[in-house]
This record gives sequence, structure tokens and C-alpha cells, in this order.
Amino acid sequence: MNTANILEIKDLKVIYKTDLEVVEAINGLNLTLGKGKTLGLVGETGAGKTTTALSILKLLPSVTGKILNGSILFDGEEILKMDEKKMQAIRGNRISMVFQDPMTSLNPVLTVGDQIAEAIQLHNPEMSKEDVQKKVASSLELVGIPSWRSVEYPHQFSGGMKQRVVIAIALACEPELLIADEPTTALDVTIQAQVLSMIRDLRDRFNTSMIMITHDLGIVAQTCDDVAVMYAGTIIESGTAEDIFLNKDHHPYTVGLFNSIPNLDVKTDRLSPIEGLMPDPTDLPKGCAFSPRCPHAMEICHQKRPPVYTNNTHNIACFLFLPEGKQGNKGGEE
Amino acid sequence: MKNNENGSDAILYKKENQFKEIWRRFRKSKGAVIGLILFIVIAGGLLAADLIVPYEKAVSQNFGARLAPPSMEYPFGTDGYGRDAFARLLHGGRTSLSIALLATFSSAIIGSSLGAIAGFFGGKVDNLIMRSLDIFMSVPDILFTMAVVYALGPSFTNLLIALTLAYFTNYVRLVRSQVLNLAEQDYVEAARAGGAKNARIIISHIIPNAIGVIIVNTTLNVAKIILYESTLSFLGLGMPPPHPEWGLMLAEAREFMRTAPWLMFFPSAAIVFTAASINLIGDGMRDALDPHLKS
Repeated sequence: MNTANILEIKDLKVIYKTDLEVVEAINGLNLTLGKGKTLGLVGETGAGKTTTALSILKLLPSVTGKILNGSILFDGEEILKMDEKKMQAIRGNRISMVFQDPMTSLNPVLTVGDQIAEAIQLHNPEMSKEDVQKKVASSLELVGIPSWRSVEYPHQFSGGMKQRVVIAIALACEPELLIADEPTTALDVTIQAQVLSMIRDLRDRFNTSMIMITHDLGIVAQTCDDVAVMYAGTIIESGTAEDIFLNKDHHPYTVGLFNSIPNLDVKTDRLSPIEGLMPDPTDLPKGCAFSPRCPHAMEICHQKRPPVYTNNTHNIACFLFLPEGKQGNKGGEE
Repeated sequence: MKNNENGSDAILYKKENQFKEIWRRFRKSKGAVIGLILFIVIAGGLLAADLIVPYEKAVSQNFGARLAPPSMEYPFGTDGYGRDAFARLLHGGRTSLSIALLATFSSAIIGSSLGAIAGFFGGKVDNLIMRSLDIFMSVPDILFTMAVVYALGPSFTNLLIALTLAYFTNYVRLVRSQVLNLAEQDYVEAARAGGAKNARIIISHIIPNAIGVIIVNTTLNVAKIILYESTLSFLGLGMPPPHPEWGLMLAEAREFMRTAPWLMFFPSAAIVFTAASINLIGDGMRDALDPHLKS
């Protein structure tokens, strides 16, 4: 049992199957998260970030979603082999999730106090009512909401406050792993900053490991120790935050990502977005998934999936950095 | 207020008693209060029927006083057999209202549970429930109820069974469509991510959100079932005579519509007022239960 890593995902493959088509959402994803670390999972819409999160909790839509192969080790235990009962004991207790939209992830007819209390009672059935109430109050104070507001309903809270409540629910049982799925996307910028710094504080206080799903590189820079860049269901580049933000070598997609956000130091008239669109997940290219959009694409990129090039902690899945690619590189790059 | 570290003062902020709070908001709607008062008067009168007029007067025939207009002795007049219409209205109302209430509740409970199960679990369970329901719905309601009453024989229990079977289908469809929608909500997903079991999700997240619609529909249905039950007794499939019933009274009064219109007026008014009072209560309940209207 490897106790240094809280989460290890190996070769995960997830599909969504309908009568009409098969969507290949995750294609051989590898991911490790050390205890107490924060991983930023970056990628554009549809890259499979949320599917990865749902796979960890085994909450994929039961009719369509299927995990084909791979393994997810949580604290050394295989999640994919656990039955529903065991999963229920883990969800909310050891792994919690914060959803994207706080407007809809709270039940409108229950008071926020009741909703936090529910999360606590589920995993501590023996706790007395008074203790639960105390815990609810302290959870609310923890996220900066006065405890007397526990008797209020979600519609009496603003968006940022609701997201605080959602975070209070997620942290109520002091989980070992917190999955935050774009926790600030639905909030405006000033509130984003508040909520983010609060998440950071709480993470440090409880020493919680965290997966921060986002498409905002700024958030990643502020909060994460490690970064994994996802594209079309695979991790194309991963490493520590320094690797991603400071190293010279990058996957062409990561380069594209950085070029498409404004830089304070360099004056440009126009941003340069990545040309083209994400490949159709029902019909992925045979080789590298990014090859149709890649400015450095070579012959081999269209033929074969690139293996991973590793430099210390920095992993890049691209032929550009591999001996096979280096020879053909001159021809590909004009 | 003190702000101590362990948050123990938070216990002071007890949630207001649910019933008190609902009552406080219910009271704000004038219509609902009028409905409630009306219903209490009607229900109280029906419950105290034996104290007001003996049952004997509702069934004993007095040919000397046939079709008497309303007077001190017979406040609502007498029918074609010389029976006291007031006594018949009170005693008949007991049967009509209790059948209507019981049939509504039993159909609401059976129908809502089936609907919740079908909507929540979907797939094969849903198919099984909904296709069996199609069998029930393929037969016209009135024909179906008549067949059931005819097969089982007219009696209080059998009327109850027949009306329940005719009405529970509405709830299944209503609740199923609600649940299909609610089960997709993010907070259900969030509850599942928090480790909640299916039963818990249904009880604490789905039902509270669907309850408003169920209650409003239930109150509307009480009124409908009163009318339906009247129809059955009008057709001679209600409680066996000479036991009075509102629908039966209407049926009998039909012959004397021109000569003794009061015989039609009072049972109709009773049905209308009962139905209206229950509808008003339902409206008030919906508003009182909606957290968005909480102040």
C-alpha cells in the first residue's frame, strides 16, 4: 500500500454509450495525487474533467456511463471494486465534492442548517442532535457565515454565500480528498477571489488533499501544487506548478492555452487562440488527439499515440520531445 | 449576541416550529382562512349530525308531508317520500365526505409512492409500473368504477376501493413527471456525492420538493371525488338505499326540479361549498409550503 498518495488513477477509460453513439470521454488517464497536495485539473469544456471527478466517486450516470478499464486507488484501496454500500460510506465522508453551480446544488426547500446537518448525520449516525447542531454552527462559522443564518433557506443567500454553504457541507465531515469542480465559475470575480482564498485556508487547516477542476490558469497558479492539463480525455502534460508555469518545454496545447490568455508583461493587440475545435469524442483521431490542431504536427503524430516524455516531475505526452519525433521535426516545423 | 468559539450559542437559533410557521403563513391568505372556516363548519356539522337531527329522520317516510317547502319543522323541505332533506343532507354528507377524503388520501399515497418509484428508478421498474397503469387508464373511469362496484357489490369499503383505483393513476403520472425532473437536479447529485442512499434522497430531497404539487392536486381531487362519488350514487351505484347521499339526493330531486327546486339547491350547494372550501385550503397550503414566499 502506497500511503504517500491519496489517489492513484491508472489507465482509466470511460465511455458514455447511447443507442446512437459511443462517446469516448476518458482515454487512458493516469493521475496521482499526494497526500495534502492540491492538483489543478485544467482543460477546455468537454475535455473530461468532470467525468474524471464523477468516476472517482463512482457517480457516472448509471444508464450511459461505463468505466471500461483502469484502476482508481484511493488511499491504497481500489474504488472500482467497491460495492455501493462502501461507496456511500466514502462519499461525503472521505471524499467530498463541490459542484460548479451553487444556485442549483442546494435543495431549495430545506434550510441550509438542515442540509449541513444531513451531511453530518449521514456519516455520524450516533451523534446527538445537540452535537450535530454545534457542528453545523461551527461549520458555518468556518466558511464565514454567522451561525444564526442556519435557519434560513438557500434563496436568502447570495451566490457567493451559497457556494460557501456548499463548501461547508463538503467539509462538514473533514474529508481526506476534496474535489472542487469549477467552484468559482458561477461567481463574479471579487467573490471568486474570496471563495478561493477561503478554500485555500481551509485546505491548509485540515490538511485536505484537493483536486481543483478549472479552466482558469490563474486559479491554478494561485492554489495548486501540481497541475495536469487534460485534452480529449487524456492528460497531455502534468507536473508541479513550477514545471507548468516556468519550464520551457511544453505540450503544444499548453502553449496554446497560455497564448490565449492575456499577459500583463507583453503588449499584444490580439490574443492568439488555438485554431480549430476539440475533436469529436465519438470519433477521435487515431494518433495524438491534438494532432489535427497542432502547429507542430508530424507524420507520426497522426499515426501513433505519443508516449510520455518525463523530465523529473514534468511529464509531456508529445513526440516533439521524444527521439521518434526529433528526426521528423524539421519537416513538420516550417 | 456573544460569539464563542465552539458555536454553542447557535443552539439558541432553533428553527421555528414547522407547523407554527406554516400556520403563520397560511393565516395570511384570506381565501384560505375563509376556506378553512367553511370546512370546519361543514365538517363540524356533519360530525355532530346525530346531535342535530337523529338518523331516523333521514330515512323515515312521511307521506303526509311530501315535497314540503322549507319551514321551521323542515329547514330544507322534504323530498318525494316526505323525508327531512336537512337530516338527509347532514347524514348523507358524512358518507360522501368521508368516502371522498379517504379515497383521496389512499389514492394519493398509493399513486405518489408508485410515481416516485417509477420516476426515481426509471428503466425496467418505470416501464413495469407505467405499462400496468396503461391497463387501468385504457378503461374509461366511470365504466371502470361501475365495473368494480358492480363486481364487489355496493358498500362503503367497495366504493372506497373503486374510487381509489380510478384516481390513483393521476398521482402516478403527476408525481412521476415531478420526480423525473427533480431527480436530475444538482442538489440530488450533490446529496449522492455526499453519500446519501436512495431512500434518503427520496424522503429528504425529492418528496419535500414535490409535496406542494401533491397537496394542491390532492385538495383539487377531494372536490372531484365528491362529485364523482355523487355521480356514482346518482347512477344508483352508491351506498344502498335508503341511506342518504348527496349525489343520490340530487338524482332523486331531478324529478321535482320544477315543483320543488330547493331539493336540488341544498345538496348542490353543499357539494359546491365543500369543494370550494377544500380548494381554498389547498391554495393556501401551497403558498404556505413554498419556501420562496417565506418572509
